[in-house]
Amino acid sequence: MEKRVRFNGWLLPLCLVFPQILISGIFFFYPAGQAIWQSMFIPDPFGLSSQFVGLGNFEFLLSDKYYLTAFGTTALFSTLVTIVSMVPALFLAVLADRLIKGASTYRTLLIWPYAVAPAIAGVLWLFMFNTRVGIVSWYLGQLGYDWNHVLNGEEAMGLVVVASAWGRISYNFLFFFAALQAVPRSVIEAAAIDGARFWRRFYTIVLPLLSPTTFFLLVVNIVYAFFETFGVIHTITSGGPQQSTTILVYKVFSDGFVGQDLGSSAAQSVILLFVVGMLTVLQFKFVEKKVHY
Amino acid sequence: MKNLVLGAVALCSTALTPTLAVAQAEIQFWHAFTGRLGDLVAEQVETFNSSQSDYKVVASHKGNYSETLNAGIAAFRAGEQPNILMVFEVGTATMMSAKGAVKPVHQVMSEAGATFDQDAFIGSVKGYYTSTDGQMLSLPFNSSTPVLWVNKDALKEAGIAGDVDLSTWDKVGEVLDTLKASGNECPLTTAWQSWIHLENFSAYHNTPFATQDNGFAALDTELAFNSPLQVKHIQAMGDWAKEGKFFYAGRRNEGGANFRAGECALFTESSAGYAGIKNEAEFEFEVRPLPYWSEASGAPQNTIIGGASLWVMEGHDAEEYKATAAFLNFLSSTDIQAKWHQDTGYLPITSAAGDKTKADGFYNDNPGTDIAVIQMTAKEPTANSKGLRLGSFDQIRGIIDEELEAVWSGDKTAQEALDSAVERGNPLLRRFEQANR
Repeated sequence: MEKRVRFNGWLLPLCLVFPQILISGIFFFYPAGQAIWQSMFIPDPFGLSSQFVGLGNFEFLLSDKYYLTAFGTTALFSTLVTIVSMVPALFLAVLADRLIKGASTYRTLLIWPYAVAPAIAGVLWLFMFNTRVGIVSWYLGQLGYDWNHVLNGEEAMGLVVVASAWGRISYNFLFFFAALQAVPRSVIEAAAIDGARFWRRFYTIVLPLLSPTTFFLLVVNIVYAFFETFGVIHTITSGGPQQSTTILVYKVFSDGFVGQDLGSSAAQSVILLFVVGMLTVLQFKFVEKKVHY
Repeated sequence: MKNLVLGAVALCSTALTPTLAVAQAEIQFWHAFTGRLGDLVAEQVETFNSSQSDYKVVASHKGNYSETLNAGIAAFRAGEQPNILMVFEVGTATMMSAKGAVKPVHQVMSEAGATFDQDAFIGSVKGYYTSTDGQMLSLPFNSSTPVLWVNKDALKEAGIAGDVDLSTWDKVGEVLDTLKASGNECPLTTAWQSWIHLENFSAYHNTPFATQDNGFAALDTELAFNSPLQVKHIQAMGDWAKEGKFFYAGRRNEGGANFRAGECALFTESSAGYAGIKNEAEFEFEVRPLPYWSEASGAPQNTIIGGASLWVMEGHDAEEYKATAAFLNFLSSTDIQAKWHQDTGYLPITSAAGDKTKADGFYNDNPGTDIAVIQMTAKEPTANSKGLRLGSFDQIRGIIDEELEAVWSGDKTAQEALDSAVERGNPLLRRFEQANR
């Protein structure tokens, strides 16, 4: 059953989509085009002169083994952030959905962390895990564990993942909770009458009904992990130790704005654009097939 | 009352000479200082503004060193550059290559007809910011050099005499052994590891950090800090880290918090750590010269500076350059410099300011505050100890930091790490050369 409004002629539809096209043009296509153009030059920082190098910037990048490592780091980081921010969110949403008393209080409290800006969240976690004065690292020390994310790459990765995912749990919680509320009670009651226990009901009814939300959150969280975790990484590790937390977007920043190497930075943006584009296509092509709307 | 008199004088002079009533030339000064240093800069600007009525300086804080440089670059691209931009020593090569964006200080001074005696500046400070033909390109503002800070109470606790010999790293090693054996958890820590333990280390031992006179001679310079002496030092530090005698706190001056809290016995940090340590330390502390390895024939040479200098940007009118020249001259005047040196622990940039501080009796009242000055000026700088002039150096320092962290964590030997840092840093120098051809 298709419910589509059909327009006759071209003018009206064109007028209606024009504002969107204009906005996309100005804020997306124009800067993206600029990045592609700039990626073929090595300019000096002040923009006084620049050398045309063709694909030289890409060659330079792809022969840098630390750049290639950053792909792996990014994949690991975004996978972890997505899992760590979605699984607890779903768990909390299920619990909050079953609450009878004080549900709105719990909900409000659970949404709070989302209001904290990433850079501030980064600083908060940094304080807690500071190697000398951090309260968590002190307790870990009492338990005989010597926490030092300044030197230990795995601990640093763990810390930035947790700090990035923490505020995100609230966001995901909100969506899962709304989706859970929308699951028809009658279906669940029918299953309960048939003798299905909680887990079976959750697994066979609730989870499939949540799949559009889960898919949406998957895409949004991966994009978040790719692009918006910059502030957390900058405040906690600055990409260290030994580049173990340098994700692609952080490298764009550090090469462009710390190293003043704008050519390389532009080339990295182009590569990043391509990677995220491919990722989105893949998600819609394969993962979306498993989604029931 | 003073303001009232000043106001009255200003009013009278305006009334008497109506031509002076034209608008003041206002100039923008972007700097990177917060906290106590920010207050002191504001005070300097205020003193200048109230000392005359022709010019007005507006100082703005633009973030840390890197952020200030970026803000200046972005502003230049947008045609909104300030008159004076503070740039840290690492950005020197970037600014020097930006012909057309910066106006050399000696030129600003001569065009404005201001008196400007380059010889008044301390050689090793001036050398960092002069062109190959000896002309000053920027005005040194805050310059410091690394020294060894000692917590005397911590030494006493470990049964070590307060006047123990800490002149060489061998001697320091023995003291670290004793400290560790007595249960001290942080015998040694450091700030700015690359600056102190490689850049200054190389200059102090008269060993090249990079070819082409550390980049002073030409753009086709290559990193050279993986020679046996540097490897030996980094390996010794790495071994100390493994044995729990060297505590690594972070890339910048994070270790300062540990030292000021009394946790660490020895601390290699800039002489400008003075203001903070004096404020916070609740123990007896002392400044010692930076240690050296006795087997190195050239050591101790002189250490090099860190800190920032002031660059004058292009694209302003003549009146504003006059104001700029007047302000820069004011900043390098003896009284202002002597006060700055005594308040902050930064070096006096002119010999006269150093002499005045001595005459004031400051060094007698605050023993050790002259060690940085002596360490920098005891010997005439060589090609290896004049300073560093390397492009993309902020990024190269980042690479060095990463590789040193690998040594401290025991993942790499010093040789592997330094070789790798050289190998990774050189392509950046080549890109800088290409961008500034």
